[in-house]
Amino acid sequence: MKSLKLTVAALVASAAFAGVAVARDQVQIAGSSTVLPYAKIVAETFAETYPDFKTPIVESGGSSGGLKEFCKGVGPNTIDVANSSRPIKESEVEACKAAGVTEIQEVKIGYDGIVFATDSGNADLKLVPKDLYLGLAAEVVVDGKLVANPYKKWSEVNKDLPDAEIAAYIPGEKHGTREVFEEKILAAGCKDAGALDAIKAAVSDEKEQHAKCVAVRKDGLAVDIDGDYTETLARIAANKSGIGVFGLSFYENNADKLKVATVNGIVPSTETIASGEYPVSRPLFFYVKKAHLGVIPGLKEYVEFFTSDDMIGPDSPLAEYGLVAAPEAEREEIRKAFADGKIM
Amino acid sequence: MSQVSTSPSMAAVGASAKPERRDIGLRGRYAAERRFRFYGMAAIAFGLLFLFLLLFSVVSKGYTAFQQTMITIPVEFSQQIIDKNNERATNPQKLVTANYPVVARNALAKVLGVSEDDRAGLKAVNGMISDSVRVQLRNLVTADPSIIGTTQKVTFLAHGDLDSAFKGQIDLSVPETNRKVSDKQVGWMNQLAESGALSKHFNTGLFTNGASSRPEAAGVGVALIGSLYMMLIVLVLSLPIGVAASIYLEEFAPKNRFTDLIEVNINNLAAVPSIVYGLLGLAVFINFAGFPRSAALVGGLVLTLMTLPTIIIATRAALKAVPPSIRAAALGLGASKMQTVFHHVLPLAMPGILTGTIIGLAHALGETAPLLLIGMVAFVADVPATPMDPATALPVQIYMWANEAERAFVERTSGAIIVLLIFLILMNVGAILLRRRFERRW
Repeated sequence: MKSLKLTVAALVASAAFAGVAVARDQVQIAGSSTVLPYAKIVAETFAETYPDFKTPIVESGGSSGGLKEFCKGVGPNTIDVANSSRPIKESEVEACKAAGVTEIQEVKIGYDGIVFATDSGNADLKLVPKDLYLGLAAEVVVDGKLVANPYKKWSEVNKDLPDAEIAAYIPGEKHGTREVFEEKILAAGCKDAGALDAIKAAVSDEKEQHAKCVAVRKDGLAVDIDGDYTETLARIAANKSGIGVFGLSFYENNADKLKVATVNGIVPSTETIASGEYPVSRPLFFYVKKAHLGVIPGLKEYVEFFTSDDMIGPDSPLAEYGLVAAPEAEREEIRKAFADGKIM
Repeated sequence: MSQVSTSPSMAAVGASAKPERRDIGLRGRYAAERRFRFYGMAAIAFGLLFLFLLLFSVVSKGYTAFQQTMITIPVEFSQQIIDKNNERATNPQKLVTANYPVVARNALAKVLGVSEDDRAGLKAVNGMISDSVRVQLRNLVTADPSIIGTTQKVTFLAHGDLDSAFKGQIDLSVPETNRKVSDKQVGWMNQLAESGALSKHFNTGLFTNGASSRPEAAGVGVALIGSLYMMLIVLVLSLPIGVAASIYLEEFAPKNRFTDLIEVNINNLAAVPSIVYGLLGLAVFINFAGFPRSAALVGGLVLTLMTLPTIIIATRAALKAVPPSIRAAALGLGASKMQTVFHHVLPLAMPGILTGTIIGLAHALGETAPLLLIGMVAFVADVPATPMDPATALPVQIYMWANEAERAFVERTSGAIIVLLIFLILMNVGAILLRRRFERRW
């Protein structure tokens, strides 16, 4: 009983001392689950290359969750870096400012391709935004009028597509990927299908027009996946004719189970995405608190290591994992902007 | 009418044994009992079926994670590659930054007979070796620099994709471009396996390594230690606090509206979703008290808050179950109220308290939601030396591996579940043993 008391006392005492904030000796990172695998590779290689520094801690939790933690304030109890699969929003910059995070450095790490894939046993799939829009939108134009989506099979949308029930597994609304899907596929398809004109005639507000264009059908044929790509993969394994949305790197790791679809006739690959031929891609970022540079050991070195060509170049471990490297001039610009301490 | 019908039967019973009439009700009741037993057995069979399915799916997918493909070949620690200009005496950093992966690659290329000029071949050879070889060879060299220039037999990890292929988890019938290992690499793999250079070893790294982006080098070591720290903190804090609170409420506190209110609140807290405790922990322990993010200490404190109501409820039930006659006898013999409680009531309630504590701990062990907000759902590679260092927990590691893209993480996810189940079984066995020990005192 006495030793128990002592242990409790020691624990409480150590806890009390901890309150007098200890200086952190490793970098803390949080944010996008898309950037997570890349950040993990960099964190691990960073610690191997610089044995003096501890391995950075990388939390997942989504772009928005990460930026929210990032904007909590300045100090060792707050994270140093927020990974994001989308640019930071104006409102988030404001929230950061209000909490004292006035100096934020933006670092672009490269591009991520978003691919459509189906089970490997299916025939080759050739998609265009127009067909995807017609298959997945909530409302489409038939005979010049907006009606609830009547299509049940892909072959009804376009006779060249397979004669299979429409079943699409698309990222849920909390995913950063969803935004890219809406912009690059649904909004583009909406225009190509001529639905935008019909919508314009019906609604005058521009925001509402866009919202109508990217609204996804809710009758169960398009399924929102709120989990990760592993869930989408499991859904496709269960429904062989389903079409799923994946990140390029995830697809490449599971290429024996999936067959990738072309978009506008282009096969997605790091080359076609880098050249801009493949239309569905987005930049990936991380944000650094300038106030923490020089305070948290290893933070500056981590960012420099991350932006070096050894990590984000065209022949780097990240490119091998599926990151699409930015053109050389842009990479040079990224490094220069960080070295100059350019803030947002 | 009843008179008419009963009187002959009465007479019949009196005259000779004619049991049929009495059997009517009995048969129905027996049948009801049989039916009920059948329902009960069906329920148990149903439960067992699902337990079996769960165990089967986990074990059948996960048992391969306990073995790892490794390559054992003679490695030449070439002076040319590691320390070309012989400057390690003046510049020790040279040994740290040397290009060790090339050392391993050249060694394997030599065994496979790949020429030094065949760039594509060398790249394919490189793809068979885990990147973790860099740290392994570096540690060998920095521990003993005299091995530079010599040739040593080294066992290192094969690449995760090769490991999956060797275990038959990659479908080799699909076109070469659609899989991570090429036909050439598969050929080399079989060649190495035949000569005995490539074989499966027990995967100690699974228990000692921290998280890694390379599946072959990833392990639950950090998660195991993190879970262990948290369980210790939960035990050390919640058991004394919980038992003290329940003894006071049960034995000493007056029964009035205020204590009723406390009781209702404790029962409510036991049903609060665990994520709420995570929010509380973030606000109190990290933002207010300034504890470090991702630390096992904060995780332990949050889980303590979550476990306390369970322990208090179980302890109060155990105290209530001690017969009042024991208290009355102790008081009658002149023991004080406190002596009664600590010498007689508490020892008798101990088995119940321990059961409640273990159930609470097991619950806390499997929790991920409250850890999400305090930064413990994270990639942590370094083994935590103290509870103040960043750590993760076992269920968190399972969750994170389940979301990985690489095929080799599938078996590791199930492997980690097996480790978690073993952890839970050990805890429950411990509880049963402790309970047996205390129960003898009755």
